[in-house]
Amino acid sequence: MIKAILIFNNHGKPRLSKFYQPYSEDTQQQIIRETFHLVSKRDENVCNFLEGGLLIGRSDNKLIYRHYATLYFVFCVDSSESELGILDLIQVFVETLDKCFENVCELDLIFHVDKVHNILAEMVMGGMVLETNMNEIVTQIDAQNKLEKSQAGLARAPACAVSAVKNMNLPEIPRNINIGDISIKVPNLPSFK
Amino acid sequence: MHVQVGAWGLARNRAGAWGLASSAPVPRKAGLLLGGREDSGILSPTPVVGVEVGPGVGASVPCCLNVTAATLLLGAEGIEPVHNKKIFQDSVPGCRKSSTLCRCIDEIKQELKQDNIAVKANAVCKLTYLQMLGYDISWAAFNIIEVMSASKFTFKRIGYLAASQSFHEGTDVIMLTTNQIRKDLSSPSQYDTGVALTGLSCFVTPDLARDLANDIMTLMSHTKPYIRKKAVLIMYKVFLKYPESLRPAFPRLKEKLEDPDPGVQSAAVNVICELARRNPKNYLSLAPLFFKLMTSSTNNWVLIKIIKLFGALTPLEPRLGKKLIEPLTNLIHSTSAMSLLYECVNTVIAVLISLSSGMPNHSASIQLCVQKLRILIEDSDQNLKYLGLLAMSKILKTHPKSVQSHKDLILQCLDDKDESIRLRALDLLYGMVSKKNLMEIVKKLMTHVDKAEGTTYRDELLTKIIDICSQSNYQYITNFEWYISILVELTRLEGTRHGHLIAAQMLDVAIRVKAIRKFAVSQMSALLDSAHLLASSTQRNGICEVLYAAAWICGEFSEHLQEPHHTLEAMLRPKVTTLPGHIQAVYVQNVVKLYANILQQKEQAREAEGAQAATQLMVDRLPQFVQSADLEVQERASCILQLVKHIQKLQAKDVPVAEEVSALFAGELNPVAPKAQKKVPVPEGLDLDAWINEPLSDSESEDERPRAVFHEEEQRRPKHRPSEADEEELARRREARKQEQANNPFYIKSSPSPQKRYQDTPGVEHIPVVQIDLSVPLKVPGLPMSDQYVKLEEERRHRQKLEKDKRRKKRKEKEKKGKRRHSSLPTESDEDIAPAQQVDIVTEEMPENALPSDEDDKDPNDPYRALDIDLDKPLADSEKLPVQKHRNAETSKSPEKDVPVVEKKSKKPKKKEKKHKEKERDKEKREKEKKAEDLDFWLSTTPPPAPVPAPAPSTEELSVNAITTPKDECEDAKTEAQDEEGNAEGQDQDKKSPKHKKKKHKKEKEERTKGKKKSKKQPLGGEEAAGEPVQNGAPEEEPLPPESSYSLLAENSYVKMTCDIRGSLQEDSQVTVAIVLENRSNSILKGMELSVLDSLNARMARPQGSSVHDGVPVPFQLPPGVSNEAQYVFTIQSIVMAQKLKGTLSFIAKNDEGATHEKLDFRLHFSCSSYLTTTPCYSDAFAKLLESGDLSMSSVKVDGIRMSFQNLLAKICFHHHFSVVERVDSCASMYSRSIQGHHICLLVKKSLRGPVAGGRKDRLLDSLPAQELFGFWSLSPAASGRLGALR
Repeated sequence: MIKAILIFNNHGKPRLSKFYQPYSEDTQQQIIRETFHLVSKRDENVCNFLEGGLLIGRSDNKLIYRHYATLYFVFCVDSSESELGILDLIQVFVETLDKCFENVCELDLIFHVDKVHNILAEMVMGGMVLETNMNEIVTQIDAQNKLEKSQAGLARAPACAVSAVKNMNLPEIPRNINIGDISIKVPNLPSFK
Repeated sequence: MHVQVGAWGLARNRAGAWGLASSAPVPRKAGLLLGGREDSGILSPTPVVGVEVGPGVGASVPCCLNVTAATLLLGAEGIEPVHNKKIFQDSVPGCRKSSTLCRCIDEIKQELKQDNIAVKANAVCKLTYLQMLGYDISWAAFNIIEVMSASKFTFKRIGYLAASQSFHEGTDVIMLTTNQIRKDLSSPSQYDTGVALTGLSCFVTPDLARDLANDIMTLMSHTKPYIRKKAVLIMYKVFLKYPESLRPAFPRLKEKLEDPDPGVQSAAVNVICELARRNPKNYLSLAPLFFKLMTSSTNNWVLIKIIKLFGALTPLEPRLGKKLIEPLTNLIHSTSAMSLLYECVNTVIAVLISLSSGMPNHSASIQLCVQKLRILIEDSDQNLKYLGLLAMSKILKTHPKSVQSHKDLILQCLDDKDESIRLRALDLLYGMVSKKNLMEIVKKLMTHVDKAEGTTYRDELLTKIIDICSQSNYQYITNFEWYISILVELTRLEGTRHGHLIAAQMLDVAIRVKAIRKFAVSQMSALLDSAHLLASSTQRNGICEVLYAAAWICGEFSEHLQEPHHTLEAMLRPKVTTLPGHIQAVYVQNVVKLYANILQQKEQAREAEGAQAATQLMVDRLPQFVQSADLEVQERASCILQLVKHIQKLQAKDVPVAEEVSALFAGELNPVAPKAQKKVPVPEGLDLDAWINEPLSDSESEDERPRAVFHEEEQRRPKHRPSEADEEELARRREARKQEQANNPFYIKSSPSPQKRYQDTPGVEHIPVVQIDLSVPLKVPGLPMSDQYVKLEEERRHRQKLEKDKRRKKRKEKEKKGKRRHSSLPTESDEDIAPAQQVDIVTEEMPENALPSDEDDKDPNDPYRALDIDLDKPLADSEKLPVQKHRNAETSKSPEKDVPVVEKKSKKPKKKEKKHKEKERDKEKREKEKKAEDLDFWLSTTPPPAPVPAPAPSTEELSVNAITTPKDECEDAKTEAQDEEGNAEGQDQDKKSPKHKKKKHKKEKEERTKGKKKSKKQPLGGEEAAGEPVQNGAPEEEPLPPESSYSLLAENSYVKMTCDIRGSLQEDSQVTVAIVLENRSNSILKGMELSVLDSLNARMARPQGSSVHDGVPVPFQLPPGVSNEAQYVFTIQSIVMAQKLKGTLSFIAKNDEGATHEKLDFRLHFSCSSYLTTTPCYSDAFAKLLESGDLSMSSVKVDGIRMSFQNLLAKICFHHHFSVVERVDSCASMYSRSIQGHHICLLVKKSLRGPVAGGRKDRLLDSLPAQELFGFWSLSPAASGRLGALR
C-alpha cells in the first residue's frame, strides 16, 4: 500500500499532498515538514530509499523519493510495495505530468493542483496502484478533458475570461513578444483548458 | 511578496536512463521541465517564466478558478498554519497577521453562498488548495457535497477531489452522500462513475461500505475495463471497513484474476495480495491460480506482486516453495528488469528460509542469490546497492556461511558516503561475527565511531556494537575484559543518547559474569573517579547514565574494590549533586554499601580510626544529598544520615557495628528474566476475570444473586486452596521446572563451547570457583584501551594454537605408535578458541512453573484482523450484501421463502445454537481439510514445465454450470429464482454477459471432455468441480458429521487405500473415484499400477490405446509415511444398479534390503448414492417439481434410529449427497440430482415412533425399487448399524 504521496519544493512548500490514511491537517503539515527535513538533507547521489517510519504509522514504512530540480516527489509506502517499482512509478508520474502539461514546471503544479490530482487518481487509487501504463493514463485524462469541454457549453465563457486575465498577469508575455516569436510561445504557455 | 520559481527539469541522458538535472545553471530563474526531449531545456538559454505575485492580486481576481487559487496560496504561504483555526473563527478585523488570507477566506465564504454552481466549485477548489497548506476546511463539508452533486463532470470532479482530501470517518455530513454516490456509480458516463469510485476510495466509512458494497460489486463486472479495475481496487477498502462483505464478494474477485483486461487483472492481483499479506493462510488455496498467472503473465507489476505474495505464502507451506524454486530461478536468469530480479531473489530467499529445516540441498539456489546480490551491491547505483544489502541480511539469518564469504564487500560498504547503506551494512555485520573475528570487527566499528560526524549514525553504531557483542547471550565474546573496556571506551562518546544502553550492558555483564566482577569494579571505580569528565554536560547528554551502572557495581561488589576509601570519596564529591536525580539516588544507596564494606574491613584490621574517619566523611558529605530537590534522593539520604549518625555514636563507645551494617546488604542479587513476571502461572482456581466483589447491579431486583454467588464461592474454596506442598511435591515440581526450562526460550541454552557452563538453579554453592587465565594481566592501571586486548588475544590464541599443535603432535605420535584411533583433520573452528576466562554466565531467574508458551502479543486493534476470514467455506444464505430494497418485492420469491426458515432457526434455544456452532466448526475444519487435500494434490504433483493443472473453477462457475444445463421447465424457474436473488449470494452469474459466459463454459466443458477421453488422468479441475458441489450444496444450517467421506478400500502392511466416489456434474454418467494411498511401511513404493476389472455397467476411463486388461499406472511414488491421492474416472451406464468392481494394486516396495513386488486386492463399491451429486434447490423450485407430477413415489418406514433428527439429516446430506430444501420441526424435504440429471426428492419425517422416509423420484428412476434407493445406507460405514434397519 502507498500511504501518502507528497510533492514539495526545495524549500519544503507543499505542492501536492495526498494521504491515503486520514490525518488531521496539523498532522499532515507535520508529516510534510518532517519528510522534507529527512529528504532535503540527503545528497544527490545517495540511494532513494529512507527508512523513516516514524512519521506515518508503523515502522515497516519506507520513504521512496526522487528529486527533480526544484521538486521532491515522495512516496511513503509499506513493505508490500516493491521499492524499485515505486521508483519507476514516480518516473511514470512525472513523465505523464510532462505529457499532460507539455513541459511541466513547478508553476503548473501550483496553478493546476486539481489537474495533478486527477492525473494521480488515474495512477493510484486509495493507496493502490491502478495503472502504470503511461499511454493508458494519458488517454483517460484526455478523454476526461474532452468530456469537460463538451459539457462546458455556456460555462466556457468564464474559462475564456480566466485565460484572458491570466495572460494579463503573466509578465513574460512582453518578453516573448520582444523575442518576436509570439506565434510559438503563446501556445506553449501552461494550458488553460 | 515575491515568488521566484527555480528551475526544475529532467533530462534524458544518452544511455536512456533518467538523470537528475540538479546542476541547473539558472537557479534563480524559472525553467520548464523538458522531459524526454533531447534539447533539454535546462541547457537552453531561453529563460523563461518569472512570476511575481503580490499579495493583493489574489484578492482582486475573484472568480477565475485556477489563478485565484494559486495566487491565493502564494499569498497565504507566508502565514503560519498555527493560526489557522483562529483565522477561521475570527471575523476579518480580528486577524491582524494575515489580512490577505482572511480576505480570501471571506471571499470564499461569499462565493459559497452564491447559487451559481460554477462559482461554488471555484470556491471549493480554492479550499482544496488551502487544505493542502494545512488549513482545516471541514466547515465547508456541506458545500463540498453540494458541488459533488453537480451534474457537470467538471464540478463533480472538483467536489469529489475536495471530499477525498478533507473527508474522514468523523465527518458527520458524509452520511448525506450515500445516495449521491450510488447515483454516480450507476451513471451512464464512465467518468462520473470513475470519479465517484476514486473519491470514495479515500473517504469510505463503514456505513458507506455497507450501503454501497453491493453497487460496487455490480460494477466489478461492468463492461468497461476502466470501471472494472477501479471497482476491483476499491473493494479492498470496502473489505477493510466492512469485513462481512469479503466472503460474498470473494468469488467474483477471484474471477477477476482471469479478466481479459490486464489492468483489471493487475488490480485484482493487487487486492488479493494486499489481503493475503495480512492473513496469508486463508489464501493458500489460491496458490495454483497465482502460480499459473506467474508463469503466464508478462506484466512486471503483476509479477512483482505475485512473487511478493508467494514470499508471504511459502512460510506456511514449504512444499509450495519447492514448486516455486524452479520458475523463480528461471526468471532470475531471464529477466532484465532489476525490480523483478530483486523480488525474485527475495522470494527465493523466503523459500529457502522456509525450507531450511527440511531440505538442505539448495546450495545452488543460495549461491545464485548471493551471487546476484553481490552484483547488485557492487553496482554503482546506490539504490541497487541498498536493496542488495537489504536482501543479503535476509539470507544471513538462515545461511550465514554463504554471506560471510562476502565480508570484504560489506565492510567496504561501511565506508560508503550514504548513511542508509552504512546502516544496512551494519545490520549485516550483526550476523557475520564469530568468535574469531568479533574483536576485529568491533575494532573497525570503533574507528567508525570516532570518524562519524552525525550523532544519529554514531548512536546507531553504538547500539550495533552492543547488539553484536551481546547477541545470543554473549556467545561470541571470548574475553569479557575486552568487552568491559570497549564499553568504557564508548562512554567517551559525546552527545550520545544511549548512555542507558551502555549502563545496562555494564550491569548485565557484571552481574552475570562473576569472573569479571573484579575487573569491572576496578574499571567502574576509575569511571567514578573521572565522573566529572562525563558529567561536564550532564543534563544534555545521556552518557551520565553510565554512572548509574558504575555506582551500582562499585557498591554491590565493593568487596572487589582495591581502594574503597578512595571510591567512597569520589562518590561523595559535591559535583555529584549536579547529576540527575535517579542517579544520585543510586549513588546514595551504594555509598552505604561501600561504607559497610569499609567498616567491615577496618574492624577486621582493628583500625578504629579508619572506620571513624569513614563515618565522619559520610556525616560530612551526606547533608548535600539531604538538601536535594529530588524526593527519592532526599529521602534516602536523610534516612542514611540518621543511620550513620547512630553508628558514629556506637563507634564512639567502641561497639563493633560492621556486622550489623553489612547485614543490611547481605544476600545475592540475581538477575531476573525480563518476562518473568508475565510468566508467573495463574494458580489453579484463580480466575482473574471474575469479580472479587459483585459489581453494583443497575436493577434492584437482583438482590438474590449475591447470595447465590457467595454460596457458590464457599463451595469452591476448599477445593481450590493450594495444597501445602510437602518436600516430595517440591522436588517433583523442581524437576518439572527444569524440564520446562529446557524448553523455555528465555532460558539460556547450553553454549556450543564446552568450557562455558550454565546453571539452571542459581545458588552460590553451585557456582564453581572460577580460575582466571594468568596470561591476562589483571591490574590494568587507569582506563585501558581495548586495542591491547586484541593484541593480547592474538597472542593468547597463538599460544593456544601452539599448545594444541604440540598436543596434537604428541597424540599423532602416540597414534602412530598405537594406530588405534584415526585422527580427524585439524581444523581451527570457532570452537577451538577457548575463552580467556572460564566464564559462568548466571541465568536469569524465572518464576516457578513458568509458562513456556510465548504468546505473541497481537495488536487487538489491528484493522486487518477483521479480515481474517475463511474464504474456502461455502457461502451461507445469510451472507449477503445488503441490497437496497423497494417496497414491492413481489418477484423475489426464493429469498423470502428462505427467510422464515432462518428465522425459525434463530429462535431455537441457545444451547442448541451453541451445539450447532460447534458442529459448524467441525464442518469448517473438515472442509478446510478437504481444500487442503486439493492443494496437497497440486503441490505434490511434479511441476509441469509450463502448463499448470487447470485452475479450480470458482463456485460461481459451478452454479452457472448447474443452471445453464436445464433439463426441464422447473429448472428454468430455478434460474429465475437465482437471478432474482441478484448479487446476494455472490454466486449469481454475470447478468450483462451471460451468453458470453455460457459459451465459455461450454467450451471449457468440451475441452475437458476431450481431455478426459484422451488421458486417463483426470485434470484437477474436473475433480474439484466434482468435489465442490458437495461442499457447496449442503445448506449452511445443517451440520455435518465430522467423519471423513473417505472409506477404507483395502490395506496391508505396506499400503492403506481409502477412497471416495464423487459424481461429476459436468459429465453425464461419469463418477470420479479418488483413491488415497498411504504408505505405512518404511520402504519407498514405486511403479504402482491399478488394474480394475470392468463390468458391463461400469468402465474405467483408460488412456487411449491401452486395453481393458492393462493396469493404469499411479502417477506418483510414495516415500515412507507419505500419502497421496490419485483420481480415476469411471463411466457408468445405468445408475440404478449398485456395482462392485474387483481390482488389484500392484507395486514395488523398495528399501535398503532390496525391492519386492507386492499386490493388494480391493473391491470398489459403487452404491446408488455415489451417482448422486449434491445440488442446492430452492423451495419454490422444489414445490414446482413436486407439482409437475413427473415424479414417481415410494416410501419406507424405518425403526430403531436413535440419533437426533438433526444428525440424521446431516448424515443423509453428507454421505448420500442430498441437500436440505426445507426443514420444519421434525420433517424435512431434501433434494438431490443424479449424474444423469434425474431429480430425487426425499421427504424425511419423524413420527412418534421414529422417522419415516419417503422418496419421490424421477420417472426414469421408476425402475429403482425403494430398497435399492435406500439400500446404500447399509453399505456406508458411518451410517450402517443404525440406518441399516431402514430397509
